[in-house]
Amino acid sequence: MKFIKYIIAGTFFGIIMTKSEAVSWYRIQEMFRFQSFHMYGIIGTAVLLGVIAVYSIKKFKIKDIAGNPIVFLNKDKAYRKYLIGGAIFGLGWALTGACPGPMFVNLGSGYAGMAVVILGALLGTYLYGVAKNKLPH
Amino acid sequence: MIDFIKQPWPWYFSGTMIAMIMLILLFFGKSFGFSSNLRTMCSLAGAGKRVKFFDFRWKDQIWNLMFLLGSVLGGFIATNFLNEPAPLQLSAATIADLKQLGVKFDGGLNPSDLFSLEAMKDFKTLVILLFGGLLVGFGSRYAGGCTSGHAISGLSNLQIPSLIAVIGFFIGGLIMTFLLMPFIF
Repeated sequence: MKFIKYIIAGTFFGIIMTKSEAVSWYRIQEMFRFQSFHMYGIIGTAVLLGVIAVYSIKKFKIKDIAGNPIVFLNKDKAYRKYLIGGAIFGLGWALTGACPGPMFVNLGSGYAGMAVVILGALLGTYLYGVAKNKLPH
Repeated sequence: MIDFIKQPWPWYFSGTMIAMIMLILLFFGKSFGFSSNLRTMCSLAGAGKRVKFFDFRWKDQIWNLMFLLGSVLGGFIATNFLNEPAPLQLSAATIADLKQLGVKFDGGLNPSDLFSLEAMKDFKTLVILLFGGLLVGFGSRYAGGCTSGHAISGLSNLQIPSLIAVIGFFIGGLIMTFLLMPFIF
């Protein structure tokens, strides 16, 4: 039962992503073609509020529901893995119109093709695990 | 209330709600990052026996798999119960560009020509989807995160690495959109 709150949070996430149309292949194309403010508005608002929230949590040392301090881990200092990995991700994002979250949300919406995208994503993740030590990071 | 939920949400409301999801997970003592689930699923399938990268304490990630399960449910609920039949308000310029590319705008969230069960009979479509998914999976693990982990969580915490990753997302996305898609479709 301790997992039910995550299922509920995930359900909200799925509804939000669908109603915001951020799961839309068309909207992602529109974004990469700079033909609408919609996606930039969504991400921009989320980041702006996120920055304020994270800053406040740190400043006021706000604790989580279990009473533990909320900690933020810094990402490793590197640039190649973020730039190369990010670009590979971007190629797939534009082609399928789906990042990992939306793949599953869209599957719930009944788009059968997303099962193929998910299969590909699992395969890609596996291949990364295999090739990890041979790649520049 | 229900009428408000049923119409497509404006960007400022959507963005606010996504920030709320990140905050809720922080208050649960977790962090918002969806693509980690792909690694966990590989581990669950037994990949840890062959590849060290998948040999980790995946049980700590069960909460995230539950979040994933919820997201599938959320998509189902939104599409079946919180939907209006009105077509997506896609910009006319995008509709025209996609038409030139050979992808018809059908008013839905995603083109049925690419994602419907019927479309799976086309071998080329299957290859496009599989290969596209592969790039997303490989790239997100290589970059250590996807849109949620880097663009939302990372940028909110003012992480320069996340900014580099997001720039990478756009480099890849623009190359695909303007240079490769005309040849693929």
